[in-house]
Amino acid sequence: MPWTKLQIEREEPAFDDPDGHVGRKISYGEALHEALDQALERDPSVYAMGQGVDDPGGMFGSTLDLHKKYGGQRVFDAPLSEESTVGMAIGSAMAGMRPVSIHNRPDFLMMAADQIINHAAKWSYMFAGQVPIPLVIRACIGRGWGSAAQHSQSLYSLFVHVPGLKVVVPSTAYDAKGLLITSIADNNPVIFIEQRWLYNHQGYVPEEIYSVPFGESVVKREGKDVTILAVSHMVIESLRAAEQLAEKGIDVEVIDPRTLAPFDEQTLLRSVEKTGHLVVADLDWKTAGFAAEVLARVAEKGFSYLKKPPVRVALPDIPTPSSYVLENAFYPGVDDIVQAVEELCQGKLSETLGEEFE
Amino acid sequence: MNIPVEKLLDLYTMLSRIRRVELKIEELYHLDEMKTPIHSSLGEEAVSVGVCSNLQKEDYIFSNHRSHGHYLAKGGNLKAMIAELYCKETGCSRGRGGSMHLIDTSVGHMGSSSIVGGSIPHAVGAALASVMQNKNLVAVSFFGDAASEQGVFFESMSWAALRKLPVVFICENNFYSVCSHLTARQPNIDIYKRPRAFDIPSELVDGMNLAEVCEKAQKAIEHARSGQGPYFLECRVQRWRGHAGSGDPNKEKYRKPEDLDETNVRDPLKEFKEILFAGGVTESDLTQIDQKLDAEIQDAFECAQNDPLPNPEDLEKHLFC
Ligand SMILES: Cc1ncc(C[n+]2csc(CCOP(=O)(O)OP(=O)(O)O)c2C)c(N)n1
Ligand SMILES: [Mg+2]
Repeated sequence: MPWTKLQIEREEPAFDDPDGHVGRKISYGEALHEALDQALERDPSVYAMGQGVDDPGGMFGSTLDLHKKYGGQRVFDAPLSEESTVGMAIGSAMAGMRPVSIHNRPDFLMMAADQIINHAAKWSYMFAGQVPIPLVIRACIGRGWGSAAQHSQSLYSLFVHVPGLKVVVPSTAYDAKGLLITSIADNNPVIFIEQRWLYNHQGYVPEEIYSVPFGESVVKREGKDVTILAVSHMVIESLRAAEQLAEKGIDVEVIDPRTLAPFDEQTLLRSVEKTGHLVVADLDWKTAGFAAEVLARVAEKGFSYLKKPPVRVALPDIPTPSSYVLENAFYPGVDDIVQAVEELCQGKLSETLGEEFE
Repeated sequence: MNIPVEKLLDLYTMLSRIRRVELKIEELYHLDEMKTPIHSSLGEEAVSVGVCSNLQKEDYIFSNHRSHGHYLAKGGNLKAMIAELYCKETGCSRGRGGSMHLIDTSVGHMGSSSIVGGSIPHAVGAALASVMQNKNLVAVSFFGDAASEQGVFFESMSWAALRKLPVVFICENNFYSVCSHLTARQPNIDIYKRPRAFDIPSELVDGMNLAEVCEKAQKAIEHARSGQGPYFLECRVQRWRGHAGSGDPNKEKYRKPEDLDETNVRDPLKEFKEILFAGGVTESDLTQIDQKLDAEIQDAFECAQNDPLPNPEDLEKHLFC
């Protein structure tokens, strides 16, 4: 959507990943491009295909001109046939290739659900590990400019539900590159979910090829009062919320799991043990979504740590509306996170406010 | 037909092997020791044999729920297949797949799918890989008439034609999907005409006639291997048994009257024997072959019956590679 770009420039403030590193900074989109470029360069069995990967937009820049560098045999356009495209990627993986199947939106992956869920996710188990399926499926969550119900779904919770899939949700340029490299190197099917509003964000990204391990969270910000586990673009929203909350004397810890399957439980549980309060900021629907899974795990393994019931800040259980007033009402963001945290910390808030008024 | 006698005997051996394995499975199935849904290839054996006899060991095949014939014809390990039916750890899928999910990667069989139509794009992908890797291998996709009703069937043909990939599509048209007749499902039952919309050459084949399958498959496979793109064969066959299990207990209730008429039932094995006899092969030559086969099959069943079951402690093993 050309309009989304305009809107992002207007509505999504630039974000500089505060990871403490000094060095070259590039955008999330450039980081994805660099990862794919280096993977193609390093391994002749890697190839990339998808609708429009060789067009002038180059998948929001993330595949731009790679077909010129590697030729139309390794980076090529795909017909509007998601099911067979993913099926073909799987077949080629069975025969030793490492396909990267690129899709504009997670919504379109529903056409390929059979190949993803009934085939890719099953092959290792069903055949006792004899045929690896080193497949990466990339898709970018849309948002804004009236994208509406069929161009903005996150859907990653659906894939997290399916055993045999790995689900990756990078929120920074550094992780985008490192996780894409790890995904391509992995011998199993990986669902790699990007978010359109992250594309312009800058962050430190080493020039050389590197990988970010699956199943390892990062603590984006340390704090002692409330744990926020945030997914994808919600990491940025949570860090913004954390700044506002700090001004009010609330010290939040923000954790980015980076991969939802496998999921790093330990870092979360340790944090909740410390803070006693949990908010999960998710980009998917509330009911039976990833946030619900996180709450279930904390209930099972860290119930005694919780001083108050945990809170989900997630999408309301309705399709995405088109009109911008409804869209604004639909998407949770900084304000909702701030509010959720404040409600959890009411006691503490009145204490600090009390101090101020003394 | 100009097939040398040795090759004729090889073809017979494979045809008879599949026949005898299927009959043995059927004989023992009621004992309830093979706890897996079986889909018999009885009556349809000539297609697998004719096609696979023209393939190299490294060529790929992709198969479906009716998988026994494809697996054996491509050279899949018999003992591992029978052990799989007995749900044993020694099975080709270590007891994780069952009859519908056979595999033998040593002969290019990368695992069959029981989602109707699901493995068709896999063949296209393996063909794509072969081109990218400069391997000159051919990928064969076996599927039934009902699979040709799936969208992915059309998409896969389109991909294969677009990129001129070395795929051979083999539609085994037995006119039934479970109990539904083809005419109740398709407005035009000439499945072989559909690939022509994608400029894929196609032919109608008498799938009960092994010699004809052989000849047309050879042409199709050579076409694909020589870089001319995909080829399509619709092989019309008779499914002797019901959709699944042994026998066809409900046949009176769903079969077309002409299918119930015994005089219309053909036997690919019998018909092929006539060709052999005309070529100078004797009944006793074939008996010798069959005795060897029976001993091999007996051994495979005995091994499978005595093999160890999977360990429940390994339940979570193999989720990832
Ligand atoms: C997608 C899907 N739908 C339905 C089924 C149930 N089913 C299993 S086999 C079968 C019949 C398939 O007929 P055909 O493709 O002609 O193969 P045949 O069994 O005749 O060899 C059906 C409907 C399935 N396995 N997969
Ligand atoms: Mg059929």
